[in-house]
Amino acid sequence: MIVYALQRLLGLVPVLFGISVVIFLTMKLIPGDVARALLGPMATDQTLAQLRHALGLDEAIHVQYVKWLWRALHGDLGLSPIVHKPVVELLLPKFGNTLILAGASFFLAVVGGVTVGVLAASRQQTAVDRAAMGASLVVGNMPPFWLGLVLIVFFAINLRWLPSLGMYSARGPGGIGDLLAHLIMPAIATAAAPGAIIARMTRASVLEILGQDYIKVARSKGLSERAVLGLHALRVAWPPILTISGLQLGYLLGGAVFTEEVFGWPGLGRQLVSSVIARDVQVVQGAALFIALSFVMVNLVVDLLNLYLDPRSRPA
Amino acid sequence: MATTTALVVKTVAPRPRRVPRALGQFARVFFRDRQAVVGLVIIAITGGAALAAPLISPWDPLTSAAVERLSPIGTPGHLLGTDEQGRDILSRLIWGGRASLLAGILPTVAAGVVALFLGLLAGYLGGATDHVIMRALDVFFAFPLVLLAIAIVGVIGPGMNNQMFALAVVLVPYSTRVVRTATLSVKPLEFVEAARALGASRGRLIGRHLLPNVLPPLLVYTSTLVGMMIVASAGLSFLGLGVQPPTPDWGVMVGNGRLVLYRAAHVATIPGIVIVVAALAFNFVGDGLREALDPRARR
Repeated sequence: MIVYALQRLLGLVPVLFGISVVIFLTMKLIPGDVARALLGPMATDQTLAQLRHALGLDEAIHVQYVKWLWRALHGDLGLSPIVHKPVVELLLPKFGNTLILAGASFFLAVVGGVTVGVLAASRQQTAVDRAAMGASLVVGNMPPFWLGLVLIVFFAINLRWLPSLGMYSARGPGGIGDLLAHLIMPAIATAAAPGAIIARMTRASVLEILGQDYIKVARSKGLSERAVLGLHALRVAWPPILTISGLQLGYLLGGAVFTEEVFGWPGLGRQLVSSVIARDVQVVQGAALFIALSFVMVNLVVDLLNLYLDPRSRPA
Repeated sequence: MATTTALVVKTVAPRPRRVPRALGQFARVFFRDRQAVVGLVIIAITGGAALAAPLISPWDPLTSAAVERLSPIGTPGHLLGTDEQGRDILSRLIWGGRASLLAGILPTVAAGVVALFLGLLAGYLGGATDHVIMRALDVFFAFPLVLLAIAIVGVIGPGMNNQMFALAVVLVPYSTRVVRTATLSVKPLEFVEAARALGASRGRLIGRHLLPNVLPPLLVYTSTLVGMMIVASAGLSFLGLGVQPPTPDWGVMVGNGRLVLYRAAHVATIPGIVIVVAALAFNFVGDGLREALDPRARR
């Protein structure tokens, strides 16, 4: 198993290299002259040449790439020309905020999705099953930004139960309670679609196992349905559920961009969108790097966890 | 006793051509699926309305009327009310179908065409070509789909065409995988070997024998992607990165409606319902296509 884990880790090297090349090249593909953009239209040819030399723009592209990579590996992603701040310094706190939202959403999606899926599977072909699967189909197709607005209409505007904007109240006690109150709606909006997919996959996975002989034996022994489900079926069904849930993380991170925008959550996605609109390529690049790296790492963790928990997935 | 031998000449009716029969069977299975038919009807209605927008739209989608701002649902003359500029919401939904459906369908189809080329090439040639193509595409899987599209728009700039381009680019790796897998499963079959033994050229092998067998799985996969892409492109337009106002588009409408959410919730919520229904309809049709084209998936 350790050998496989190491192989998997080594396999990441070309992927990470590819990511860095793609991100570096996208910056180079942008039309226009960086030096002229920084100095403005009044700059003379001499000052432009000086700046290009200072920024290393007059060097060969592979030299520029190696230097960029070296700096990136040391945590230097450059300076944002729009907000005049180091990119890493700008993105790190936003990344933390996104992790809070993504973590809460992932928790909700898995707990909600698995619960609904198991419930539907245990009541197969009943009204409960049909209602759960119908609902998951509709929810799975809901745009997260629209669901967010609908939640705001109900819970913030009509019922006035929850705050609709930001992470903390401007005037108020702050603290974890305040954070949770602000977190509920964005987390639900982000979790809904991935949760719906997890519910459908869980149902299919549990149903497949419920049809097997050892479950019939467990039932004929006179075990309660709860024991059959909990002790026998779920133990076997949940490695594939874990894999599916892990795959939803990318979807979840994508959805988080929209919910961050709708709920004014100061995260990486919202920063990415505002930087795209401001055409702050340096920050877009940094954010893309952050997102890709965390996504790759999360996938690795899910893979290794699966390997650890499910002996069947281990290579012979 | 004389016996007579009657010579019975059995006339053999020419066999009907295979293609129409296969089509007939496909249609029978597809139209038996109630969900698929519902989906098809919804797509026909929204698509037809979008195409016939100049004829059926009750108002001009761009003409604003300040006195009629934020009329509620059911206002005489404005069935679904008006938006923050007094524009008729129903008319904007009908016209908006043009941009919204196009932005969902075109990237998926474009990605499918590119994927067909790359996937057949990788699957058929194998070896180094396969390795280079698939490893290059692997890099794209390291980015969540929507975020990559946003980042691409960030580099090439916002707008409807750029948005469609970005969505097409992010879909290529996914569709290519489907085509390559299908190619690999067909390539070792006997009829392909036979064609090769008969001296068929590489182009004929790919075009005449592999392509028809690779198309159905790609078609099924593509049809399920369209719903997702309608939601994704609406999302990009909602963020201000796709279709630009005042062009009517469902995502743009939700985005504009968000600004008046506290005063008139229907302006943002109605277009969202249309997005959900359209996405569902494409998923229904996708599921129906899967059942009709893949006998193993039949219930």
